[in-house]
Amino acid sequence: MPMKLAKFTFASLAILFLVAPLIAILPLAFTSSVILTYPIPSWSLRWFEELFTADAWRRAIINSLIVGSGTTLLATVLGTAASLGLRNRLLLFRGSVRTLFLLPMVVPAVVLGVGMQVLLARFGLTNSYAGVIIAHTVVAVPFVVVSVTGALAGIDERVELAAQSLGASPATVFCRVTLPLAMPGVLSGAVLAFATSLDEVVLTLFVAGPNQRTLARQMFSSIRENISPAIAAAAFLFIAATILVGLAVMVFRSMLAKRR
Amino acid sequence: MAEFIRFDRITKFYGPLCVVENLDLGIGKGEFVSLLGPSGSGKTTLLMMLAGFEQPTSGAILLDGTAINGVPTHKRDMGVVFQSYALFPHMSVGENIAFPLQMRGISKAEIAERVKRALDMVQLSAFADRRPSQLSGGQQQRVALARALVFEPRVVLMDEPLGALDKQLREQMQLDIRDLHRRLGLTIVFVTHDQSEALTMSDRVAVFNKGKIEQIGTPRQVYDEPATRFVAEFIGETNLVEGVVETVQGQEATVRLASGAHIVSALSGAVASGQPVYLSIRPERVDLSETRGDARNVLEMEVTDSVYQGDHLRVQLETAAHPLIAKLGRRSREFPPGTKVFAAFSAGDCRVIAP
Repeated sequence: MPMKLAKFTFASLAILFLVAPLIAILPLAFTSSVILTYPIPSWSLRWFEELFTADAWRRAIINSLIVGSGTTLLATVLGTAASLGLRNRLLLFRGSVRTLFLLPMVVPAVVLGVGMQVLLARFGLTNSYAGVIIAHTVVAVPFVVVSVTGALAGIDERVELAAQSLGASPATVFCRVTLPLAMPGVLSGAVLAFATSLDEVVLTLFVAGPNQRTLARQMFSSIRENISPAIAAAAFLFIAATILVGLAVMVFRSMLAKRR
Repeated sequence: MAEFIRFDRITKFYGPLCVVENLDLGIGKGEFVSLLGPSGSGKTTLLMMLAGFEQPTSGAILLDGTAINGVPTHKRDMGVVFQSYALFPHMSVGENIAFPLQMRGISKAEIAERVKRALDMVQLSAFADRRPSQLSGGQQQRVALARALVFEPRVVLMDEPLGALDKQLREQMQLDIRDLHRRLGLTIVFVTHDQSEALTMSDRVAVFNKGKIEQIGTPRQVYDEPATRFVAEFIGETNLVEGVVETVQGQEATVRLASGAHIVSALSGAVASGQPVYLSIRPERVDLSETRGDARNVLEMEVTDSVYQGDHLRVQLETAAHPLIAKLGRRSREFPPGTKVFAAFSAGDCRVIAP
């Protein structure tokens, strides 16, 4: 019994440790005060209003959506194609190639950022949406690859062979069998790519110009300039979006599980 | 029977490993041929080459007189049934069966009609809207069968289709498939490692070992007249007794055993006198009695063990030179250990096999 109690206490403390920053910031989104600090004098939605009316914040939200959509599209296509390619057992150095695709996950973002800036400058893509989208895609692709590879690994190869024997050309097998079966993995990869783009700051600092300021980047700079509770409101939006994303991924995963 | 499929000197290497070696095999139209052998004997590889999933390293595969080596799978018009069913999990049973018809651009009305008929054929009419995962293993395999037959393929290939089912269901499906084969006049190539399955269903059985066909013939031929030691041991149970050929007279030979006894036996192939050989004697062909009797071959032996197995009595016998197993019908009397008996069998019930 005391062992059980100790376990329970430890688990509670561990969870508290993880969510404490959220508990600290989220209530401030609803403050009526003009500074980001406790105590909260009274409740208000004024900082959400600020978020959607103040030019800098509005632009940042729109930029995040533009860059996020572009990144999602590009990363999902590239990541899915890579996963399909990595299925081929005859591929030389398959393991090494797969590791290469996952590298951006572990390489420090600062290193990627410097390299990206030098590279994009050569092609005249700094300070452009295309540049930011490319940069975000590099870090988003690994998430898609992991997710889609997992989904593809669950497909019985014989199902595809059976489709061939029943008269389906390779393209038809892909459209009617492989892709539908991998779709939950593709969708959850896409969602993860969008989430990655949404909270990416470091690369954005290196490659984005003032016109491509994303929401995360705007929060980063405004916390240094003026500590307004608009940051807390933005954070609230982020958390809400992240929870939605998490739910979406869970739904896709359970779809995948049901197929088996 | 007109020859429909021909494997012409097929060889298949996986890297340095030779899985099928210089193999020739002809299959007639409407014939049911089983490829029987242990795992790794090349039987499944041969089937995969016929389906177009694998390419032979050398040699040609002919279908109705035309080489099909370069023809991709989806243009070969062959229905394949896998052990793992390989149904499309994201489609209903009806959609699964409709798939090959859609691939052939058949009209919606006709597809509906043919799917219905196919479902009737496998007695699953009530399940058209179910997902494969909602069906039992036996039902899934019947769906796979319907899907492979609905487009009236030129050949039906089956890769251990009953391996995942339990014994009773498997025996029922064996009879069902045999019945479909006869009713629809299908050409079926059936891969299995289960010898009783091969004997039950096939017109002819090809026994595979190490990438080669050891023997091909009717179930009766491969069981009663095994050509090699491998076939004798792989199909059913047999007694293998070593001996040396003394004389050969036409289709029979006299073989001297190590004990000095002489056995007259039918031949499976050419042997010469003085050659060391094996005799294959099926246990159920051996009769036991306490008197010598007048059979061609009689061995004086002692019972060492006797086990009642319900449908037969299994008796283990011993002499100084070689053991022997006899399976006696359930009406047989008991033979307790220690009994001196005479084991008798005719010349036609044993075979001389060159080692």
